Amino acid sequence: MLPSVFGVLFDGFAYGMLLFVLSIGLSVTLGLMNFVNLAHCAFAMLGGYLTVTLVNDFHWPFFATLPLAFIAAAVASIALERVFYRRLYRASDLDQVLLTIGIAFVSVAIAAYLFGTAQQPIQTPPLLRGAIDFFGLNLGRYRLFLIGIALIVTILLVLGIEYTRFGAQVRAAVDNQRMAGGLGINVERTFAITFALGSGLAGLGGALAIEIVGLDPNFSFIYLVYVLIIVSVGGLGSIAGSFAAAILIGVSDIAGKYYFPELGAFLIYLVMVLILMWRPAGLFGRR
Amino acid sequence: MAAADTISAPQHYLQSLGRWSAAEIAFWLATLLPFFLFPNYLSLASQIAITALFALSLDLILGYAGVVSLGHAAFFGIGAYSAGLFSKFVWGEPFSGLLVAALLAGIAGYATSFIICRFRHLTLIMLTLGLGLLAFEVANSAHWLTGGSDGLQGIRIWPLFGVFKFDLYGYTAYSYSLAVLFLIFLGMRRLVNSPFGLALRGIRENLVRMPAIGAASRAHIRKAYTIAAIVAGIAGALLTQTTESAALESISFQRSADVLVMLVLGGAGRLYGGLIGTIIFMIARDQFSGIAPQYWYFWIGILLIAVVMLLPNGILGGLSKILAQRRRK
Repeated sequence: MLPSVFGVLFDGFAYGMLLFVLSIGLSVTLGLMNFVNLAHCAFAMLGGYLTVTLVNDFHWPFFATLPLAFIAAAVASIALERVFYRRLYRASDLDQVLLTIGIAFVSVAIAAYLFGTAQQPIQTPPLLRGAIDFFGLNLGRYRLFLIGIALIVTILLVLGIEYTRFGAQVRAAVDNQRMAGGLGINVERTFAITFALGSGLAGLGGALAIEIVGLDPNFSFIYLVYVLIIVSVGGLGSIAGSFAAAILIGVSDIAGKYYFPELGAFLIYLVMVLILMWRPAGLFGRR
Repeated sequence: MAAADTISAPQHYLQSLGRWSAAEIAFWLATLLPFFLFPNYLSLASQIAITALFALSLDLILGYAGVVSLGHAAFFGIGAYSAGLFSKFVWGEPFSGLLVAALLAGIAGYATSFIICRFRHLTLIMLTLGLGLLAFEVANSAHWLTGGSDGLQGIRIWPLFGVFKFDLYGYTAYSYSLAVLFLIFLGMRRLVNSPFGLALRGIRENLVRMPAIGAASRAHIRKAYTIAAIVAGIAGALLTQTTESAALESISFQRSADVLVMLVLGGAGRLYGGLIGTIIFMIARDQFSGIAPQYWYFWIGILLIAVVMLLPNGILGGLSKILAQRRRK
């Protein structure tokens, strides 16, 4: 029997929220520096594996591992930014693509070496298991939790970008990097901090993703495609755009899998190609 | 007299680009060595020649015109499947199969080139990636035609000229692939050393200025992209014909990424970059095939990082820099 339309919409929305947390960091850093970072999901994978290890081997509570996943991914991204990324800000797209694909390849190999290629099991706390009956709809608790976290992240991001001094600097740098530099904003430092925050969010997304999509060493590449689709469809550096694109892609992916399973991922690739041809800078892009 | 000199100067320049050097002749003579020195590795040599042809086609759009493509395997796969289907449903004569594959890949390339030539940067990268993934999904879901993940069954290739069979030792396969590679290389060499090749390099160096000096950049990109698609299709057809099989792997993202790595390792924007990079990459992969594939990608990753950080123009770029420094001393 086919699931109800609302069930598909709910699952798709929750999935979209997960994709939003995974992709928002890349969107902001791409908008800021035009740096094509294909290793973004490697940071997400780092967060995921950290959570799995802490929960399964050290018996930490699941909730306590989430902030650590954020911090670990942020710290790792700062290290990589210092050593590699910083030197390639002015390099060509191709060089950036190659460097970051290289880093993603290495991350896949290290994950396979340390954890094997099998899917990692995770035990979520009892609070998040099962489902709530809501006017006849069956809403998964974990998916509700996911939506809650994503909404909190979104609100914090919007408030942070709109109302703080740092947020104003980020906006200025996205709009016009040279002018921002001329006004005394340290664009490189702004970028480094944003990059760390964005990668940290990816790490958090990776930890949250295990329950929904599983975790294996190919995570870096499978979700990279989704993240890039969301970023390019939503428009660079646009939070609202990424949010809308994440919901669009999440719902069309889940709906495609329920109603047209024989098409595979065909639907989302088609959506992406058509949107990019219609609006090359993305739905909410300005350039 | 002076006026005549200035008129003929560009022609002299182009002619000097097209002159054969001793190193080039030595390289092509060396491609015959596997027949005598490594007769057990001829099927590997054939694979290398095919992949080198694929890398050459990517070099035309990426190295010369600066169009970054993450979905070039789509054309390789179209060539591979159309050669396989042609042998299955029409006849197994290899040369006509090659032509059909080239034609179909060319049509697909020409159709998509209208999309490609309008975009740049991240949008372009995402579009090529998206189109490549779409092609993969089509091949995967059209199970009735392509066999899906089981691969295409029932490919029968007739002997070359009706005489030379494609056998397990790979004599015919390597001779055939090498001959096709060499012929296309000659054409490509002529192409990049022509005014058209110069225009492509101009597009790579400065996309905005080329239309300003009256060059039809979009038409040039379309032409180059179509030619690259045709050559990639021929490479795919060669793979199908020499191995008598066509699988989803031929159209996968992995193949697009691998060929990019090979080209960049050797040096993009140089005719021999793709060839040298392919030889090194494929021999290394063959030697390390005992270890699990996921560890192989660790070294590929390290290699990529090292090339970008230390050798921005690949191995050939590094070599020519060293040679230039020597000469100056």
